[in-house]
Amino acid sequence: MNASWLPALILLMPFVGALLALLNRRAAPYMTLLAAAITLILAILAALQVESHGLLTGTDGLFALDALGALYLLPVSFVYFTSSLYAIGYLRARRQEHPAGTPPRYREYFPLMNIFALVILAVPLVANLALMWIAIELTTVFSAFLVAYEDRAEALEAAWKYVVLTSMGAMIALLGVLMLYYGTHAIDQPPTWDGLLKAAPQIPAPLLLLAFVLWLIGFGAKTGLVPMHTWLPDAHSQAPASVCAVLSGVETSAALYMLLRIYPVLASNSGVHDPAAWYMAAGLITVGSAAFMLLQVHDFKRMFAYSTIEHMGIILTACGIGAAVHEQGTVYQLFAHGFTKSLCFYAAGLAGIVFGTQEIAKVRGLISRAPAVGWALVIGTLAIAGAPPFALFLSEFEILYTGFRTGQYLPTGLLTAFIVLAFIALAYQASRIAFGEPATAADGRPLPKVRLPRTSLAAMAMAIIPVFIFGFYLPPPLAHLVHQAAYLLEVHG
Amino acid sequence: MNTTVSPLAFSLDGSIAALFVVLGLGVMVSRQMLGSLRFFMWQSVALTASALVLADALQAINLLWVALITFSTKVIAVPLVLRWAAGEEIYGRREVDQALSISASVLVAAILALVGWFAVAPVLPILHGTPFALLNLPTGLIMVLWGAFTVALRRESVAQLMGLLIMENGAFFGSIAIVHNLTVIAEIAAAVDVPIVALVIGLLIRSIRRVTGTTRVGGMDTLHER
Repeated sequence: MNASWLPALILLMPFVGALLALLNRRAAPYMTLLAAAITLILAILAALQVESHGLLTGTDGLFALDALGALYLLPVSFVYFTSSLYAIGYLRARRQEHPAGTPPRYREYFPLMNIFALVILAVPLVANLALMWIAIELTTVFSAFLVAYEDRAEALEAAWKYVVLTSMGAMIALLGVLMLYYGTHAIDQPPTWDGLLKAAPQIPAPLLLLAFVLWLIGFGAKTGLVPMHTWLPDAHSQAPASVCAVLSGVETSAALYMLLRIYPVLASNSGVHDPAAWYMAAGLITVGSAAFMLLQVHDFKRMFAYSTIEHMGIILTACGIGAAVHEQGTVYQLFAHGFTKSLCFYAAGLAGIVFGTQEIAKVRGLISRAPAVGWALVIGTLAIAGAPPFALFLSEFEILYTGFRTGQYLPTGLLTAFIVLAFIALAYQASRIAFGEPATAADGRPLPKVRLPRTSLAAMAMAIIPVFIFGFYLPPPLAHLVHQAAYLLEVHG
Repeated sequence: MNTTVSPLAFSLDGSIAALFVVLGLGVMVSRQMLGSLRFFMWQSVALTASALVLADALQAINLLWVALITFSTKVIAVPLVLRWAAGEEIYGRREVDQALSISASVLVAAILALVGWFAVAPVLPILHGTPFALLNLPTGLIMVLWGAFTVALRRESVAQLMGLLIMENGAFFGSIAIVHNLTVIAEIAAAVDVPIVALVIGLLIRSIRRVTGTTRVGGMDTLHER
């Protein structure tokens, strides 16, 4: 098969999945799973093509996938697949909480999830900047009702805040996108990443800087940068865990992906002074705020949402620290965060089924009541906090080591302090949930065992594999892809 | 690109920009949802008119498409989609709550206009071959800021949606002066995007009204850290 068809096929799969899910509601979960499985295989094939040839283009320049895009595409397609598997049993188990037996939005879930995945997958695949913006804008639109899945006042409140804040951000970013369109056109370059990089030295610096500020505010709202982060914990506390995995694992990273890609463009323009300072300032404010918020959190799904905010800040700060850290730091952190955060939400969702609540103060002894979920929660929390031997340990260690090695003591020192604080907060909260004596019934007898959905347990087990393996081993093609992706973030010539 | 344009085109576009700003202010301070929606529709007509003037003055065929898409999506489709999705209530003549009085809102709007102007001022002298940027770009950025302020100011869901939509109008009003060459696929996608946004947010508004009994979202603040 001609590889140039791969990007179109990758987008076709969730579209077909959505159509089939609409046509046959009973088979919708399995159609979604099948579409996601094929998408994952196609994404791996596309990444291998990129690793061999550097760039995968297709359909008359409509698509262009490079190494950084491919490295983002892999966790997106993986989380789409595991989330589809997880949702089969998880949503059925959650049905029992509804008086009518089925939540009002159960039928909409699978078609929407497929379309949501489609637009996230489109972000690294489409070549045109305006189409990337549209894809990011539509991620909010198509996930609004996934956040509002429970159809309660709180879920609708969360969905409304999510839609309004991130759409505001998208509108602000739109003006920045169109300014960059002008910037590339005036220098006879196409409005693509490659065209933007070639045009960068000649784009007037004030225009580039204004466009970047609009991006930082606009895409920053979607990424969850402080102080535009308020939608994120609310949405994650209300959305089903299968949606949280996608939202936190890969959707927030879509906007961050845009902010990372604009960095070499800024750095290539001699008129833009010290763009790294913008990244470090925005990143450190975000990491620091998230670390303190983690200390006072009361809901374990909100806890992982704050952890996402923290990680978005770490990646942004790493980007600012410089080229030396990109390969094992910035890029690897972006890649590993998707897998790790999905694991955390899968465990949190099942813990919610076990206890019937997300209140940290009301849950104890998860390991006693549901050992698999309890240990998965502990592993997920340690992994997301940056403990060895998991993947994020490698990247966080590299970021801090390189920061100190290159003499950036103040930002690296602050980042270290915030990461340590977040680690302590996460470990403390997770230990309260996982260990201790489980609650008993009113008559003092142990609470009955909860039967957990097998598909959800399987998805959780699958999510552990990359989190663990990528902590000490990267297959050579993947290592090469990481190297190529880091090269794209650096300034050349 | 032809950069010598007639004074008539300049004065026409200037008048449209002034009208665009006044209509944006109308969306921001209107006390009635229907009024807010009408101000938005007329502002979209002004955006259409600006695109037509620029298309003629700059001989930019693509701007004709922008005008057609703007008119058909924002003046026709969005109100229809909202009526279908959110229900008849948005056409009811009822007061809209807002966090500030009208006079305070106008004062903040004036400050935001100054901020927008100063933000874009360094860019204007370097935009070569874009004679209308001097009018459209500051106006567009000011409208983006006003739209964001409207979202923060209003406590009604429909009025907040109008804030989002005038932000988009602002982004396009500014960009038609500097970008005349969006690819066809991007233009089609942009045309589809706005009605989809209106549809989904309209359906969300309907759900909020069904569950909470009102479209007022200002009081929805149960989710926060204790």
